[in-house]
Amino acid sequence: MQVSSHVRPPLVTGGKTYHDVTNDISKHVESAPNIRWIAAFTVSFLTLCYGLFCVYRTLWFGIGEWGLNKTVGWAWDITNFVWWVGIGHAGTLISAILLLFRQKWRTSINRAAEAMTIFAVLCAASFILAHMGRPWVGYWPLPLPNTFGSLWVNFNSPLVWDVFAISTYLSVSTVFWYIGLIPDLGTIRDRATNTISKIIYGALSLGWTGGAKDWSRYEAVCLILAGLSTPLVLSVHTIVSMDFATSVIPGWHTTIFPPYFVAGAIFSGFAMVLTLMIVTRAVYKLEDYITLEHIESMNKIIILTGSIVGVAYITEFFIAWYSGVEYESYCFINRATGPYWWAYWSMMTCNVLSPQLFWIKKIRRSIAATFILSIVVNIGMWFERFVIIVSSLHRDYVPSSWAMFYPTYVDVGVYINSFGLFFTLFFLFAKFLPVVNMAEIKAVLKSSSGSQPVHH
Amino acid sequence: MLENNKTYWKGIEELTQTPEFVANAKQEFPDYLPSESENGGHYRRDFLKLMGFGVAAATLAACETPVRKAIPYLNKPEEIDPSMPNYYASTYIDGGDYCSIVVKTREGRPIKIEGNKNSSISQGGLSARVAASVLSLYDKARFTAPQIKGANVSWDELDGKVAEKLKGKIAVVSNTVLSPSLQQCINEFVVKYPGSVHVSYDPNSASGIIEANEKSFGVSALPSYDFSKASVIVSFGADFLGTWLSPIEFNKQYSKTRKLGKSKKEMSRHYQFESLMSLTGANADFRTAIKPSQEGLVISNLYNLIASKSGAATIAVGEVKDIKFLQKAADDLLNAKGKSLVVSGSNDTNVQLVVNAINNLLGNYGVTVNSSIPTFNRKGKDADFKKFVSDLKNGGYNGVIFLNCNPIYDSAFSTELKSALANVDLKVAISDKPNETTAVVDFVAADNHFLESWTDANPKKGCYSLGQPTISPLFKTRQAIDTILKWTGSNATAYDYIKTYWSTNLFPLQSEKSSFQSFWDNTLHNGVFEISSSSTVSYSFDITSVSSIISSTYKSASQDIEYVIYEKVGMGVGSQANNPWLQELPEPISKACWDNYVTVSQKFANEKGLAQGDLVKIDSKTGKSITLPVLIQPGQAQNTIAFAMGYGRTVAGKVGNNVGQNVFPFVNINSTTASFTGSIAAITKTGETREIAQTQTHHTMMSRPIVQESVLKEYIKNPSAGRYEPKIKTTEGIEKKPTDITLWKTESLKTHNYNNHFWGLAIDLNSCTGCSACVISCQAENNVPVVGRQEVLNRREMHWIRIDRYYSSDAQNQEDKSVAGLLDRERENPGENPQVVFQPVMCQHCNNAPCETVCPVLATTHSTEGLNQMTYNRCVGTRYCANNCPYKVRRFNWFSYYTNKKFADVNPTLMDDLGRMVLNPDVTVRARGVMEKCSMCVQRIQAGKLAAKIESRRPVDGEIETACSQSCPTEALVFGDMNDSESRISKLMNDENKERNYFLLEEINVKPSVSYLTKIRNV
Repeated sequence: MQVSSHVRPPLVTGGKTYHDVTNDISKHVESAPNIRWIAAFTVSFLTLCYGLFCVYRTLWFGIGEWGLNKTVGWAWDITNFVWWVGIGHAGTLISAILLLFRQKWRTSINRAAEAMTIFAVLCAASFILAHMGRPWVGYWPLPLPNTFGSLWVNFNSPLVWDVFAISTYLSVSTVFWYIGLIPDLGTIRDRATNTISKIIYGALSLGWTGGAKDWSRYEAVCLILAGLSTPLVLSVHTIVSMDFATSVIPGWHTTIFPPYFVAGAIFSGFAMVLTLMIVTRAVYKLEDYITLEHIESMNKIIILTGSIVGVAYITEFFIAWYSGVEYESYCFINRATGPYWWAYWSMMTCNVLSPQLFWIKKIRRSIAATFILSIVVNIGMWFERFVIIVSSLHRDYVPSSWAMFYPTYVDVGVYINSFGLFFTLFFLFAKFLPVVNMAEIKAVLKSSSGSQPVHH
Repeated sequence: MLENNKTYWKGIEELTQTPEFVANAKQEFPDYLPSESENGGHYRRDFLKLMGFGVAAATLAACETPVRKAIPYLNKPEEIDPSMPNYYASTYIDGGDYCSIVVKTREGRPIKIEGNKNSSISQGGLSARVAASVLSLYDKARFTAPQIKGANVSWDELDGKVAEKLKGKIAVVSNTVLSPSLQQCINEFVVKYPGSVHVSYDPNSASGIIEANEKSFGVSALPSYDFSKASVIVSFGADFLGTWLSPIEFNKQYSKTRKLGKSKKEMSRHYQFESLMSLTGANADFRTAIKPSQEGLVISNLYNLIASKSGAATIAVGEVKDIKFLQKAADDLLNAKGKSLVVSGSNDTNVQLVVNAINNLLGNYGVTVNSSIPTFNRKGKDADFKKFVSDLKNGGYNGVIFLNCNPIYDSAFSTELKSALANVDLKVAISDKPNETTAVVDFVAADNHFLESWTDANPKKGCYSLGQPTISPLFKTRQAIDTILKWTGSNATAYDYIKTYWSTNLFPLQSEKSSFQSFWDNTLHNGVFEISSSSTVSYSFDITSVSSIISSTYKSASQDIEYVIYEKVGMGVGSQANNPWLQELPEPISKACWDNYVTVSQKFANEKGLAQGDLVKIDSKTGKSITLPVLIQPGQAQNTIAFAMGYGRTVAGKVGNNVGQNVFPFVNINSTTASFTGSIAAITKTGETREIAQTQTHHTMMSRPIVQESVLKEYIKNPSAGRYEPKIKTTEGIEKKPTDITLWKTESLKTHNYNNHFWGLAIDLNSCTGCSACVISCQAENNVPVVGRQEVLNRREMHWIRIDRYYSSDAQNQEDKSVAGLLDRERENPGENPQVVFQPVMCQHCNNAPCETVCPVLATTHSTEGLNQMTYNRCVGTRYCANNCPYKVRRFNWFSYYTNKKFADVNPTLMDDLGRMVLNPDVTVRARGVMEKCSMCVQRIQAGKLAAKIESRRPVDGEIETACSQSCPTEALVFGDMNDSESRISKLMNDENKERNYFLLEEINVKPSVSYLTKIRNV
């Protein structure tokens, strides 16, 4: 039986009991994979295989397999890298910042969001490696002690800052996510019926007993990690933006980039979380855990960040004009009216105009509209990075070198590869680990509605 | 025996009685190791560490790929020191093209060709073709042995079989023979077989000039020209800076009249009247597009304009109206009598007669043009060749010997020759590489490459040149003189023959050297032998007689669409078509490579609905047809089209086969001379397209201060005319030069101080003609890979130096920097007859280098001598440096250009063992995935410094040259030490041309080490 408060809508609907929660979430881990999962996983895996073929061509023959040239030295590779890093932002934001702000609605989505973060950062990292001319020496940008004498990395280079930012982010996110999983892994271990599951989940749950001491430490660690990762939400994309902001290229050399990139990252991250959660919710019938309220809250954040991004776009144009620098002004005029106008206007439409539809409550609460718009936003965010990278490079200072960039099938394939990797990992996660944080859901089951459910 | 009271001490320690010595003197084994330093310390441990490292390093080194086929010298040749280059003076000859050269060899392999400063003709200059010819030596397509019907045989067998058939009348067919010894040898051969003849022809014939000179002066040869003495130059379609007769020499002379500075404020004025945009037209101060059918009339009109003011008889020809600048040119010529020059590229004798008449009226003979000192760059006569073909058809010859020529491909008589040859008993070709002609003969006497041969040349009266082999023949080949001598029945060798020729004919001409041996050695060392001569010839021709012929041949306003066949700077007549360096050399004007195409004006394209890359079928009025892609060429005369010769080779080798189309069938044969123009019946779209590989696809400067230019009048008033001097308003409200703004507070950090050398390049945009010799020279010096047509289309050419070519735009208000101005799309379009500028751009070696700060692994760093260096081994290939380079000069190795099979056909320099012999061992071949760029020839700087160090002195200015500056025929590129106040570069930048000197994109404050001098036009 459902008890509802007049003040606040319930976070979990359907009058779930603690046992219901455990059952609903764990059954997907325990039962045999259903046909829909198998189909989805197969598609992802085949995509990954095709992508790996393109990655093989890149690694075996060289970056020449891509469409890059002497003028445009980065295009899809770094576009995809920044895009995936951006997507990776939602996880930390949801788990860390919302935890610190005691936003309890985050509990049903934080697990999946964090998993998504890790997978997205892995995808991003794959582009860091793949875009290198000599990936077999890809560890050289790490400040490792070496046999090359006093040879060290260049601490002036934003790419080295990137290495620190991304690796820190990946490790903190992974630890945070894993710590959050421990109580649930314990639950699954306890419910496990076959030996293999018992052993694997037993090992993974690190001896979780569920005692008061365990819980107290668990809470403490989560809080510390949340505190640690909060600055990362801001720092990672700030540093990624410096890959461009510290250069001399018109259209890159822009001080607005750090806040603009962070807002964009949260924007795209939330959109990706929505895309995934809407699908998972339907597939796993988790409508009671991931409710319309969740979706609406996230849509509100999308309006906010989308508008910030819009303001940033306009500010860039204003500053380009106000600076009086010919190259800068031309760069922005060229973005909007030059050969890549279609990319620019796709970006504007998808990122600035489309989220404004969420001002309308009906759209904000519509699953279908949210699903479509969440994809539109991510298309727009991909174009944003493409516009920044390619339209700035293709016509910079000296007109004799101006060139166009045309992607090859390998460019597309390597991007597809990252999707294959992402979804393969995500489906494996969805099958073998609890997609919703049972322990934390149980905690909000009581408090969200202000009164306890009557019947257990 | 005297008592020996000298004291011997065991060492310096005993002498000085150091405390250690005193303490340890009594011990037989002192307990310190001799290696210990003053500080003492744990030297044993260091020793063990070093030993351990040594073992490890040796083990690691052993893991590397073993060196294949390394064969040490058993007995070291006297002249060859491993890693030390040897230089030999020699001579480049290809048909009538000549250059005196110095060949750099390493371990016995010629690897680079440089200019010879001793020659008064080429004066140390080089052309792209000459620089590239070293690669032709290592061409895999070359003949490796004599052949009979395509099968390799021994020389004895070939000589035997040829001797059997050598009887009756034999025709020896060749291009211009510049070698006097070879000429004498041919003459002896012709005498030996009575009735035989020697016929020479040139694919890019200058018969018209030769014939006109015979009529005007009685001298059947080309005159010599001296552009350096001309203050007004008027050229009618003569591309004298690119391809006409002797372009290296003309570039040298011309550039002397274009240099400006504090002490020289005058320059020549250059008018060009032509149909297509040539390299020369691009350099002209005034350029007018005319149709080929107008040319004769325009020149006659110029004659009349001058004659009427000089009181000479005019020619009765119709007037051509609306020829812009013709009157102005006439006025300028009249004002510069005796120091002007009129030239024409026409092969029409009558037109050349009018040109001679103009030069005669202006009193230019003996000053800027001289028929008493003839030149021999073209000796072929079209009439002789025409007669030979008809004689051959009529069975006039028992045998034909094609001596290093390819008439089946490069003459208008291809089909006639082929059918006539079927009935000839003896068909021989002497050639070093296969071509269309060697494919139709029975016997091929494989010739040496010129770098394997003894040769001599006489390009101009009184100028002789010797060529020595720089490597023994790579294959079983025999040089042409040897072969002909053999067939004449002589057993002399080419070396003896040439030596004899010189001792008989040239040694007596001089008195400096008393013995022939010292004369010979001296000439061999210098490469050239020059004597002055003082004969005079006088002009005698009644020019009025040509009026009727000119009136009937030329029309003032023909409605026909006319074509012009032209020669490209790199490809020439196609003899080096299998040379990938030349195939990939961007044509200086169109910036296209790996193809020929039909150039049309934008207006013409609009009228016919053509777009760039459309394949069109062109039918000439003489029934020839060809299919070529369209290239929109600003400056092309309306209703004219042009296509380049030298393409469409079918038997050239992997590189050159089927690149472009052969346009030689379009050459028309008039009564006595070949004509390289004609009318077309139709130009039709085929509906298909073929993209043209261009290295530059945006053609205007977008009103940016990239090439800063002005005109002479303004320059005289203000030497810094045309300079863009950016000022940045700082927060304090002061306007500062961008280079004065810095974040550093410490005074010593505000500027870059280099204590020893500070290398730099200064490039005079007024002297640079765009000839592209530097591009190939750099490619040869630095092992720059060739990437092929598809990769050029992908915009991935690897050249370290590029020559940017910009057209002016016809857009209004180009100074408008507002948004409205920037939005003006018209600025992207070149004007109809644009002004052209060339700008060589290589790594600018910025002292605030944007590339250096962004590299994560410090693979690109700054040297203590101001150079921006690349450490290939350290590069991981993020390409951030290339992105952050404002000049876009960095080149990335997208593929493994030396192993990837994809490049096997286009990149023999890196892909096959023979081609690899051309590599410069001082420069690393770059691996896949690393960035590369101009190093300012750091290996040459290092070599120069070492040479100076061995002699305990500073390097002398001019001693160290980069490959580009060394090869530049106009001395537009000046390399030197900017810390040396006496160096040419310092004087140029700080004194002589201080006001003209600027840095590209000065406003972004990257502080380059490469600077430019403004371009000044004399308009």
